[in-house]
Amino acid sequence: MLVEIGHFALVLALIVALVQGTVPLVGASLRSRPLMDLAQSAALLQFGLVALAFATFMHAHIVSDFSVRNVFENSNTAKPMLYKVTGVWGSHEGSMMLWVLMLTLFGALVAALGRTLPATLRARTLAIQGLLGFGTLAFIIGTSNPFDRLIPAPIDGRDLNPLLQDPGLAFHPPFLYFGYVGFSITYSFAIAALIEGRIGAQWARWVRPWALTAWCGLTIGIAMGSWWAYYVLGWGGWWYWDPVENASFMPWLLGTALLHSAAVVEKRETLQRWTVLLAILTFGMSLIGTFLVRSGVLTSVHSFAVDPTRGVFILALIALVIGGGLILYAFRAPGLETGNPFAPVSREGAVVLNNLLLCAGMATVFLGTFYPLFAEIWSGVKLSVGPQYFDATFVPILAPGVAAMVIGPVLAWRRGSVTAALRRLLPAIIGALLAPLIIFALNHDAPAAALAGVALAAWAMLGVLTDLGDRSGLAKVPLSVAWRRFRHLPRGIWGYALAHFGVGVLIAGIVVSTAWRSERIETLRPGDTVEIAGQTLRLIGVTEADIANYHAQRAQIVVERPGAEPQMLYPERRWYPVARSQTTNTAIATNGFGDLYLALGDPDGNGGWVLRAYYNPLVPWIWFGAILAALGGLVSLTDRRSRMRSPTRSPSSAIVPAGSADN
Amino acid sequence: MIRQLLIAAALLLAVGGPPAHAVEPSERLADPALEARARNLSKELRCLVCQNQSIDDSNADLAHDLRVLLRQRLVAGDTDQQVLDYLAARYGVFVLLDPPFEPVTYLLWLAPPALVLLAGGVLVSRSRRRRPDPALPVLTEEERARAATLLSESG
Repeated sequence: MLVEIGHFALVLALIVALVQGTVPLVGASLRSRPLMDLAQSAALLQFGLVALAFATFMHAHIVSDFSVRNVFENSNTAKPMLYKVTGVWGSHEGSMMLWVLMLTLFGALVAALGRTLPATLRARTLAIQGLLGFGTLAFIIGTSNPFDRLIPAPIDGRDLNPLLQDPGLAFHPPFLYFGYVGFSITYSFAIAALIEGRIGAQWARWVRPWALTAWCGLTIGIAMGSWWAYYVLGWGGWWYWDPVENASFMPWLLGTALLHSAAVVEKRETLQRWTVLLAILTFGMSLIGTFLVRSGVLTSVHSFAVDPTRGVFILALIALVIGGGLILYAFRAPGLETGNPFAPVSREGAVVLNNLLLCAGMATVFLGTFYPLFAEIWSGVKLSVGPQYFDATFVPILAPGVAAMVIGPVLAWRRGSVTAALRRLLPAIIGALLAPLIIFALNHDAPAAALAGVALAAWAMLGVLTDLGDRSGLAKVPLSVAWRRFRHLPRGIWGYALAHFGVGVLIAGIVVSTAWRSERIETLRPGDTVEIAGQTLRLIGVTEADIANYHAQRAQIVVERPGAEPQMLYPERRWYPVARSQTTNTAIATNGFGDLYLALGDPDGNGGWVLRAYYNPLVPWIWFGAILAALGGLVSLTDRRSRMRSPTRSPSSAIVPAGSADN
Repeated sequence: MIRQLLIAAALLLAVGGPPAHAVEPSERLADPALEARARNLSKELRCLVCQNQSIDDSNADLAHDLRVLLRQRLVAGDTDQQVLDYLAARYGVFVLLDPPFEPVTYLLWLAPPALVLLAGGVLVSRSRRRRPDPALPVLTEEERARAATLLSESG
């Protein structure tokens, strides 16, 4: 019964979405207040209905109602409760439900918070959001119905893919989707602005916080996915340039460009058209990211035929959203305001460079991801594009961007001077030159690329610190005054500093863990030892046990370090009989500066076990960096200037934070 | 079966492929220099039956066979390039994770630098056309110092 209510609510939401997507648009062109105001109630109602449908779907999973096909295919009575809940979005149908739940949530938020928006802009934005909801709901109801029944109901279900039965992956999709779907709002705002034919100050003040919110979610989602891959896949890698990873990375790159250009629109009223275009493309990439991955087209051309209805629907939806947006842009953008002029060397100019490199980097990832598909269609040649390609193309495009990332915030708006900026960044320059020299002195075998990477990381981190010191007047005013200024720097500055510092930390983690990782793969019998990175590992033994819905083989390993207490680690292998699959549960000992990483391999049949041991220096910094960056985004959001409901404020009153202008 | 595999792959969202273990101790060559070359090469070769893994990362039987095969070629005295050519001739260029530069991949390799140059060129020409307000004077160091004094006096 509950299931039918959910199904009904979903269909009702589809109808509400259609109303929300049409009536307010008519109302806005007729300037009819009642028709426009319908958008808010419709957005709230649509969210309520989808939330109801989602809740009944989740209920079916929690009580293991196997008369629902989706529950039968993805759950099992023996599955732990946590994964019964998170298994809701573990399947295609469920993840689409999560997607549309977030989509309508964002719509409802705009309806609830957007009282100060001009009525026509609000009505049009909500209408576009309604149309997006309509498209997704039609896709769900038409091709991926989560409420499909299975009569008679089977006794037990097939269990969830064991790889998904993991806390890291359980919470990775919600964050990722929060990011993907968050960019639907900036898309809706962009389309609404194109329909309006103007971009007001209100528009800019709204777009940046939403872009920032979505970006934070996406950053955390990608970091979680990468962390999960690191500890689950069993050989210590954390990024594979896999099509599925790239699909989430592309909207992230464009989203990063978008939040920077949106900041320029907000503060300087320039780059408006470009920002509108970026908003359209970013959401376009989010759609490609979700849907093309789901359709399976990336794995192989042929798999697209597995479910042609879904595939065709997806392509049509993407073509409509991106194509429609771009066509509208082509017609309306020339009529939009031209921005305030600025010199190539200026803070605006730095953001343009940032946007150029991020977009070129995105295009490269796109090309590498889709090229095998195109090449096979055009020439029939089956190609592979592996990590080597991305290392050779993406890294050289983004590295100069990171170098420029330090200089940009130090430049003045409108017209700046690179020499003046470099003079202010002198301590960072010295540090960036010293860091690789020190490493080289300690280790003459250090590869040149790694030394360059260390210099870049040091430059990024020290650049931020130097700038913060400079903004507080360190070395110019008494220490107590500098300290007070430091503490009272605007939140926006803190946000930028955290995020940019995080990028430096991330690069340090990538470079050091790639260049200086060590590996031992040995067959051990109980009592045998192996040495790695100055630590001795001794295998005590391997025990077997049946736990919940799996069978475990668990190795007990003592780690002995000179001058420290011995530590126990338990790398494990699990066999899930219902899903008939094997997982590796690595054991990781970390001190924040390096990970000792153990994975248990196959038995050799003579009482020995293969043990894979890795020492990955600075690898945790990869995730620390990502967390710092996301935290920077959050801090930025709390800046007074980002608050969406704040009363009128001229967009030029908060341009230059104390100490940032060098002329 | 294929459908389940696809769904599983789609579900992973951020990473494809089941957990896997590569390079068994039994496969290793005694000569460390040769073994290091073998490891590097195996990172450049695709496991043909896996989702998206190199033979260095995969525990599929085929990956094992390829690892053994490439080591045999190395022991027989092949150069790295000869090993890659040999495997590409046998399994197609699909096996090479690092796509070679040939007509079908010209676009793949040339597009990224071309894109950066093109976009850079457009920007430079645009900024030439749209000079910032010439009325905005650039202050000399001396004027800047005077402005700073004036500002601090008034503040």
